[in-house]
Amino acid sequence: MTLTDTVSRERVTSPHLKTLESEAIHILREVAGQFDRPVILFSAGKDSVLVLHLARKAFHPAPLPFSLLHVDTGHNFPEVLDYRDRVVAQGGLRLQVAHVQDWIDDGRLTERPDGTRNPLQTVPLVDTIAAEKFDAVIGGARRDEERSRAKERIFSLRDSFGGWDPRRQRPELWGLYNGRHAPGEHVRVFPLSNWTELDVWNYIEAEGIELPQIYYSHQRDVFRRGGMWLAPGEWGGPTGREVIERRTVRYRTVGDMSCTGAVESTATDVRAVIEEIIATRITERGATRADDQLGEAAMEDRKREGYF
Amino acid sequence: MSTAVPIDTTPIDTTHADVTPTDGTPIDVHELAAELTTSRRLLRFATAGSVDDGKSTLVGRLLHDSKSVLSDTLDAVERTSQARGLDTPDLSLLVDGLRAEREQGITIDVAYRYFATPARTFILADTPGHVQYTRNTVTGASTADLVVILTDARTGVVNQTRRHAAVAALLGVPHLLLAVNKVDLVDYDQQVFDSIAAEFSAYAAELGIPEVTAIPISALHGDNVVTRSERIGWYTGPSVLEHLENLDLADSSTTEAVRFPVQYVIRPRSDELPDYRGYAGRVTAGTVRPGDEVVVLPSGGRSVVQGIDTADGPRDLAHAGESVTLLLEDDLDLSRGDLISGVADAPEPVTEFAATITLLAERPLRRGARALLRYGTSTTRVIVTSIDGLLDIDSLTYQSAPDALALNDIAKVTLRTADPLPVEDYRAGGAVGSLLIIEPSDGTTLAAGMVGDRRAALHASVSDPSTGNTAKEATA
Repeated sequence: MTLTDTVSRERVTSPHLKTLESEAIHILREVAGQFDRPVILFSAGKDSVLVLHLARKAFHPAPLPFSLLHVDTGHNFPEVLDYRDRVVAQGGLRLQVAHVQDWIDDGRLTERPDGTRNPLQTVPLVDTIAAEKFDAVIGGARRDEERSRAKERIFSLRDSFGGWDPRRQRPELWGLYNGRHAPGEHVRVFPLSNWTELDVWNYIEAEGIELPQIYYSHQRDVFRRGGMWLAPGEWGGPTGREVIERRTVRYRTVGDMSCTGAVESTATDVRAVIEEIIATRITERGATRADDQLGEAAMEDRKREGYF
Repeated sequence: MSTAVPIDTTPIDTTHADVTPTDGTPIDVHELAAELTTSRRLLRFATAGSVDDGKSTLVGRLLHDSKSVLSDTLDAVERTSQARGLDTPDLSLLVDGLRAEREQGITIDVAYRYFATPARTFILADTPGHVQYTRNTVTGASTADLVVILTDARTGVVNQTRRHAAVAALLGVPHLLLAVNKVDLVDYDQQVFDSIAAEFSAYAAELGIPEVTAIPISALHGDNVVTRSERIGWYTGPSVLEHLENLDLADSSTTEAVRFPVQYVIRPRSDELPDYRGYAGRVTAGTVRPGDEVVVLPSGGRSVVQGIDTADGPRDLAHAGESVTLLLEDDLDLSRGDLISGVADAPEPVTEFAATITLLAERPLRRGARALLRYGTSTTRVIVTSIDGLLDIDSLTYQSAPDALALNDIAKVTLRTADPLPVEDYRAGGAVGSLLIIEPSDGTTLAAGMVGDRRAALHASVSDPSTGNTAKEATA
């Protein structure tokens, strides 16, 4: 099943999902109405897949009035990149890829000793936003993901360095989203702000949205580091005494291979994933993102620097 | 403080469909998953309270006791609590977001929380109760179906309590819940609670708030937050969560004439659809059907709804809150900012009108100020021609008419716009009659406003017996 197949079906049943869908479509149409050069951050992770799905519904039957941007760390899962390219080709979409490797090669960025490239995405992202003069950058972040995100606006103002200043954020009342900004600044837009992880999965099930296969249970060679199952790869693992094992796993988030851990799981379809989420005793980011374990305030600090 | 979160590597086994959460009660996962996937509606509510009323503890308790907090988050809270020498986990740590706030032990901005029960899905706007209280309360209450106001059983109804209620009333929030917290500190005394509830209900009746419920709670011990407390045997009403789950929500399928601000014009210009011209927007009020006669404002052009389009196929009805695309029979010159309205009670476009505004930014707004006005999907230039009265939130009277307004001021003003706007008196929820005043140079939102004199609207509801001041206590 492809994305295009699902666009003409009426399958969302729960009124609360209908409300969230209408709200997200309203936000995406506000972006098209208020900005000159909007772009969707598309990593092929489930949240960005959902944003793309909603954006296509919002402007149906016209083509998507946004282009897509992916900041590629160079350590992405090949299955995810294949999925990304297939979605782009099938949908006739415009995708621009900013390769972190290019920034490392010409000296604008330096590889970290631990090989993790997630924190290195910020500079290519901000550089590309400036170079392309993107004025609205649409992301799939949700407020329920992490504590500092609970106060994030749906239209979030960023300065010319991509930085987020809590004191400059505008109160958001009713459904009136204010996208005005000074030249050089831009606005990050989060249409999924009010969705929870469970809402996302229930909607994916209701709409029959296809995701990269690594979200579902599969056999994979992995090794243990920092309490996570990581996949071996050119990014630098395993090393020393780390041992590769074959495990039945799936991914709950999709990101840089060096810091995105798999969880052991037998959930092979959406329904099983939903049951697993309800059963799980580990929060999404705590379980699978090594870089958030750096500290309680890690996300807040990175956001101030212009991270997603 | 140690912040690394230990990871539980135990595989999640859903095949046995039995998971023991932190409180030891087994849960059937298949059943819970089925329940949490069933059809249910969304309730938006806000919490407001003074600094030490225990609001963060209440919110933490709601999330914790409704099993919305997962164990690693709870582990971190327990370890931090122990490090601070506390005997029991400080649940307020679950909701204190920004580091600056944690360091100062305060909250400075509206935070949104999410939880679900089999009965309903909840979006909670957690509004700080001090310093910027008006700005935050107005923001949180703007989309709320209900506001929970916290008060301390030892101090009862204080100025802050009345202010929060007044702000909720100005915004037209239909339901108030007074949570009388820390009843454990007054020995669960019924008389203390009864007198606080009676005093607050009387004030809410003055404000014309249609429904008030008061519940005695102890957020710290969990009394009457999620489950009813045996320690408060004299109270027979619902717990806070039960009240939220069972609250009657207004049905959005009304027979009013439609309001549909055009957000964007959809024109595929493709070989298959060379002439398709759809008006994308969200129904803000009323219902719309194909065949309905409509007027386009401010131009006044008339047409008939040819169809209602969505990505899921055509529709024969759309009601308030739904994002759809309207097709009209006539080829009118319509663009973003226009309003498609039912003909029956279509608003008259005007260039001057009264509004009740709240200042949201640090910079003052002076009489004669030039700014931008956002109404619906339209943006136009505006002049604040006069400041007609500064509202005293304690007495609900206009005290003075200053030359400039400052942050958190609520005032009645007269606005003059460059282009005619089809404004209408504010309606609860703000889909109709809400506006923003924006600084043109950098886009700062200076003020949020409601069309009309909201204080007068409150006064009307107070003096009009037909609206029925149905304030009541939840006590038996």
